[in-house]
Amino acid sequence: MSMTFDDGTFIRNEMVEPLPPPKQRIGAVAWMRENLFSGVLNTLLTVLGILAVVWVVPPLVRFMIIDAVWTGENREACLGPEVGACWPFIHAKFGQLIYGFYPISERWRVDIVFAAGALLLVPLMVLSWPFKRINAFLFFVAYPVVAFVLLTGGNINASAFLLERFGLIGGLVGDAQIGGVNLVFWVDYVLTTLLVMAAIGGLIALLGGSGRSAAITTLWVFLSLGLVIFIWDVDVGLDYVETRQWGGLLVTLVIAVTGIVASLPLGILLALGRRSQMPVVRLLSVIFIEFWRGVPLITVLFFATYMLPLFLPQGTNPDALLRALVGVALFSAAYMAEVVRGGLQAIPKGQYEGAMAVGLTWSQMMRLIVLPQALTLVIPGIVNSFISLFKDTTLVLIVSIFDFLGQLRASFTDPNWATPVTLYTGFAFAGVVYFLFCFGMSRYSLFVERRLNTSHRH
Amino acid sequence: MTDLAGPVGGRAKSSFINDPKVRSIGLQLIALVVVVFLGWSFTENARDNLAAQKIATGFGFLDNTAGFGINQTLIPYSETSTYGRAFVVGLLNTLLVAVVGIILATIIGFLVGIGRLSKNFVVRTISTVYVEVLRNLPPLFQILFWYLAVLSAMPGPRNSISLFGEVFISNRGIIIPRPLFGDGAGIVVWAIGLAIFLAILFRHWAASRQEETGRYLPVLRINLGLLIGLPLLAMIVTGFPITFEVPELKGFNFVGGIQVIPEFVALTVALATYTAAFIAENVRSGIQSVSHGQTEAAHSLGLRHAQTLRLVIIPQAMRVIIPPLTSQYLNLTKNSSLAVGIGYPDLVAVFAGTALNQTGQAIEIIAITMGVYLLLSIITATVMNAYNKRVALVER
Repeated sequence: MSMTFDDGTFIRNEMVEPLPPPKQRIGAVAWMRENLFSGVLNTLLTVLGILAVVWVVPPLVRFMIIDAVWTGENREACLGPEVGACWPFIHAKFGQLIYGFYPISERWRVDIVFAAGALLLVPLMVLSWPFKRINAFLFFVAYPVVAFVLLTGGNINASAFLLERFGLIGGLVGDAQIGGVNLVFWVDYVLTTLLVMAAIGGLIALLGGSGRSAAITTLWVFLSLGLVIFIWDVDVGLDYVETRQWGGLLVTLVIAVTGIVASLPLGILLALGRRSQMPVVRLLSVIFIEFWRGVPLITVLFFATYMLPLFLPQGTNPDALLRALVGVALFSAAYMAEVVRGGLQAIPKGQYEGAMAVGLTWSQMMRLIVLPQALTLVIPGIVNSFISLFKDTTLVLIVSIFDFLGQLRASFTDPNWATPVTLYTGFAFAGVVYFLFCFGMSRYSLFVERRLNTSHRH
Repeated sequence: MTDLAGPVGGRAKSSFINDPKVRSIGLQLIALVVVVFLGWSFTENARDNLAAQKIATGFGFLDNTAGFGINQTLIPYSETSTYGRAFVVGLLNTLLVAVVGIILATIIGFLVGIGRLSKNFVVRTISTVYVEVLRNLPPLFQILFWYLAVLSAMPGPRNSISLFGEVFISNRGIIIPRPLFGDGAGIVVWAIGLAIFLAILFRHWAASRQEETGRYLPVLRINLGLLIGLPLLAMIVTGFPITFEVPELKGFNFVGGIQVIPEFVALTVALATYTAAFIAENVRSGIQSVSHGQTEAAHSLGLRHAQTLRLVIIPQAMRVIIPPLTSQYLNLTKNSSLAVGIGYPDLVAVFAGTALNQTGQAIEIIAITMGVYLLLSIITATVMNAYNKRVALVER
């Protein structure tokens, strides 16, 4: 619309319709000009990149799917020119890759452990689901105890061992088994508990503190310890499976999960120690953390395999897997401590001051105010250290424990499956498995990070 | 009357164990006692165990004859050399992998990291896939893959892949020409040193001149000319004393040249590409941490794109990149201990592996091995802290 005045002045009071942008600036062509061919260097990079993709991807797809052999009984199936991946090899070795040499008739126990782990882990990972506290207790405390019984068969006769070393009346009375339960041990255990309770309670009361609460704390500690010993001790009728027979993904997961579960409490303690006001405690924590962080995991495993047995009393000959687990747990505790410390440092000082102002003790402040916030903040960090631990478990093959990669390497030597493609098939399969685990976890950690960021926006 | 207010003017009616000071001292004492007790019992047990197993103690074994061969030695070593010598050989092999790996990883890491921020869709996608795949596969898996699946699958020496007729790649490793130093080679080496010295001097002089007069000199081009020209001149004057001995195929193997063993190639390439994925992420986040306002401000001052990058973006990004970069370097050095998985003779394989099996002196050997890595970590951490202090932003 426009207006024309009497004197002929022309005023346009409406904008002209904008012209569409030039054809070259919109659409796919423009995008390509802008992003792919904007200069000589860029064009060169694009061409080289496309060449690289063409060079890598189609052969990979051909190898893994198009040319692959899907069925067969032995190496005959995978011989021949232009043959891709030999998947029957993986099919034949699948049991070994997952369970190692775990007896076939007992593999259901491993399956139950896997399934229970997944069942407990999924609700723990979904942030919005309720019952986190009991869920965490089940996963971090109850699950390892039960998994231990299922995987080894339990019945480790810890009571006799403890009785021999620390027993009070064992020497006087001798053994007395009733219904598979070592009665002498348990009488002894109750006596020890009462004695220790009286001693600690009395000492605290003598110094003027609350002897009663100290005694009750002691009772709880002994009670839970006793429960674990009882569960591991009782004969549930499962066959004993040596850890030497374990292998494959089972060992990989056992090491990674034990490493994380054991390193979490230890790491929290170390992190608190490192931030403590007490110089001796702080120094000890710093030395411990920096020592383990400064050495490669291989030397830790060598330490656990060759040096640790020398440090233990004569006659104790811990299991090879157990030794590796101790090494891994100490190693990852140091890394976990640094992750937790990051979380502790992120909690504003006002939280500490507020907790102290309402009269909480130090342990109440940590338990109720600081740690819940700090640990939630560092979930991504914990998942990330789990990923690196998961990748690091491959190192145990160097101290002759057959994890997933070790089992794969061992299966290459089977003459029944000796073909030119066996090696590549194995690497392709293991690569996919490791990638799925690690990539999945890293995505999860990113997701949690994003979720936490939105709720803590300042 | 009952005294409701409690003791007036007296001390609070609380036990002294509720005094934070007493508690703190008590707790520290307990911690100390526990640690000392553990240390004492470990020592006692170790003494008993060593006596029972008849294992010698002390570091005297370092002077004994090692009696095993090592397939890559940077210094003269034979089966009659001592364990101490074997230790040095292993340490040098570790450092060799670390240095070559760090250089390669830095180059690849920076390229991929910049690639992840590229506007070019193809480059960006390839870089992302590279980072995600390499980061999520265990390093030992990658080392074994390079060793077993790539290098062992190379053709034998007779059919080896030749690059320009000078470098040969086969399943025995990579053979490269060996430089031979004739008469006068010393002069050339001196010329290279002099050129580097002059280049540094010139750079400083050009910078201070620019500060004073505002005139800019093409430092890079002049220095490049200096660095290439001076050694070349020395070569011409002395009549080309440095020649290369090109490997030749004789019978079933190569004669002449330097043989790089496949274990070294597999370990270095795998560690470099693995670490590069992490470095790429550090580089990306470092560049992203420089706010876009810096670029705009630099452009509005009239700096060109390359100048903006070189003078404004990179110096600020480096502040963020370098601390995690050093810890990646340290990780690469520590991961070089994975060599034992494929039999590359590094410190762990030679010393904590073969020497430990022969002598049985686990405590000494593992303590030395861990001590070496610990020392490397402490040195890196100290240097890093000093650097951090220097570049940290000085805030009010």
